[in-house]
Amino acid sequence: MADKTTENLERWCSGEGIDFINGEAEAAYKRRARRIADVIQLKIPDRVPIVPSFGMFPYLDNGLTCEEAVFDYEKAHQAAMKTLEEFEPDMFLGSGYAFPAPLFEALGYKQIRWPGQEIPAHYVYQFVEDEYVKAEEFYDHYLGDPSDFMLRVYLPRVCSQLTPLERIRPFAESFGYYLTMCGSYAYFGIPEVQEALKALMKAGEESLKWVSILGKQAEEIVSRGFPLFEGGESAAPYDLVGDWFRGTAGVMTDMYRCPDKLLAVMEKLVPISIKMGLDLAKDTGHPIIGFMLHKGADGFMSPEQFNTFYWPPLKKVMMGLIEEGFVPLLLCEGEYTSRLETIADIPKGKCIYWFEKVDWARAKEILGETVCIRGGVPASILFSGTVQQMKDCLKEVIDVVGKGGGLIVDCGLWFDEAKHENVKTMVEFTKEYGVYR
Amino acid sequence: MTENLITLLVELKEQDCLRVTGERLEAGEDPHKIVEDAREAMKIVGQRFADNVYFIPDLVYSGKILEQISEIVKPKLSQKSQPKRLGKFVIGSVAGDLHDIGKNLVSFMLDVSGFEVFDLGVDVPAQAFVDKIKEVEAEVLGLSGFLTSVYQAMKDTVEAVKTAGLRDQVKIMIGGGVMDDEVKKFSGADAYRPDAMAAVTLAKEWIGGA
Repeated sequence: MADKTTENLERWCSGEGIDFINGEAEAAYKRRARRIADVIQLKIPDRVPIVPSFGMFPYLDNGLTCEEAVFDYEKAHQAAMKTLEEFEPDMFLGSGYAFPAPLFEALGYKQIRWPGQEIPAHYVYQFVEDEYVKAEEFYDHYLGDPSDFMLRVYLPRVCSQLTPLERIRPFAESFGYYLTMCGSYAYFGIPEVQEALKALMKAGEESLKWVSILGKQAEEIVSRGFPLFEGGESAAPYDLVGDWFRGTAGVMTDMYRCPDKLLAVMEKLVPISIKMGLDLAKDTGHPIIGFMLHKGADGFMSPEQFNTFYWPPLKKVMMGLIEEGFVPLLLCEGEYTSRLETIADIPKGKCIYWFEKVDWARAKEILGETVCIRGGVPASILFSGTVQQMKDCLKEVIDVVGKGGGLIVDCGLWFDEAKHENVKTMVEFTKEYGVYR
Repeated sequence: MTENLITLLVELKEQDCLRVTGERLEAGEDPHKIVEDAREAMKIVGQRFADNVYFIPDLVYSGKILEQISEIVKPKLSQKSQPKRLGKFVIGSVAGDLHDIGKNLVSFMLDVSGFEVFDLGVDVPAQAFVDKIKEVEAEVLGLSGFLTSVYQAMKDTVEAVKTAGLRDQVKIMIGGGVMDDEVKKFSGADAYRPDAMAAVTLAKEWIGGA
């Protein structure tokens, strides 16, 4: 009997349930999905798949600003579809990288700055990290009741419109005998709390608008013969703690000051992260679940710390997804060469590791028998290199990492600014030079 | 003094460092001596980082301990005896870039390594770099960036320095997540360095006489 990964990949490759525009699109979809399934399972595909991780590139390349892309969902959709048509990648995200700014604005969200507001209109939005929650406000509360922490501490802290939610009572106390219950609802009668609830409703409307466009767009992408980029997203528990709550410096010092609590919270985050990935991926039916790894790169912690705090909880999340037949795709931001031996400890043919900076030959040597490797093109060369530089770089990565399969060519990160001709070269040269048979 | 503050700080013993600092002050010791010890310890921490014995969390944590030692000692310090500085270093994240974690780490390591650091923060317009270089007669400029969006801003900043006629007086290094030698070439900077201690080492080569 086939294992769950194979079952899931086969279902995805079959294109069942997709209303293709014609037979050609159907055949193209199957070829592309098969290519991806092959490299994941370390079989030699017909050619090296090319999946450029378009960040804001589709909008800038089609004459939009990033500001327009994040405020006008329809324009973003149109631009993304033009990019799809021109470059014909093996998988495509659509306009999902152009997050809906109005949703976040409705909440008064502080963790992202938007183009055209505090940063130039042609820049990608930026995440603004901080120690939003102190250690003493975070660990015990989160361990006790994560949802209550999110609702009454975290969201009020990072969303100015939701600050009044600090005042409501924990939901865990809102059942039981009627005197308690009737009283606890009084907090929802406070005008400021009601305003916060209205902000949530407004954010909900924006979210619905955005996902509706993306849902329709996804149907269009696959019907034209292009598999989607991924089915869901999950995260490394250490990153969740650092990115959202404690900040980089905060979580780093927690490794010294309260290592047990940090480990306990990450243990708590394991099933949450698994479910986070599965919930969406099961809806979309797409086997790949993306992770963006932020804080485990070379230098960002010692090998001992990586082996204690970063990798074990991350691996548990990955194993949870693998057991359900899904394929973790790890975008390893930063340099990752010193982590290769550790992250090689994962079942064979079940994952994609996507590197920004790594010793590619060493990565192939250590991981080649175990996981599919993705990347190879530095963002800087896409931006300012020559076509010849692009070709040299592609040739090298295909020769070294693509030997015997197991490679998806891509930039090492979500790219925004890039020369059109260089992106074109990345796609066309890979299609031409990366043929196996 | 039986317990050595230098060793305690190098070994990242937070509580012991704070206790010993308090005890030494209570014993009437010259607070400048404590500052000197802390500085000495940070040199060793920096060296361990350069030798791959310590990593970024060790730097960050030592910084947090140092900050607390400084807070305890500061009220007792007289204005005299500013240590002699190796050179002047202007640093910031370029226009439009709001990232500061890496840049702060470089600033911190430059500072504890003896440079006089002028950290202009994030989203720094090219002209603000130029003005500061002129004002303090800086010898090195460090530009930080974390986005492909700011490759151009890197180049613009280097250009602005050139236009202001300051390019010969100031060496320029770049760093940050998406930077590399290709961006160095594109921007016209003198060097790219991948981490804080590499930046310190290069600054010493340039102006610190290492």
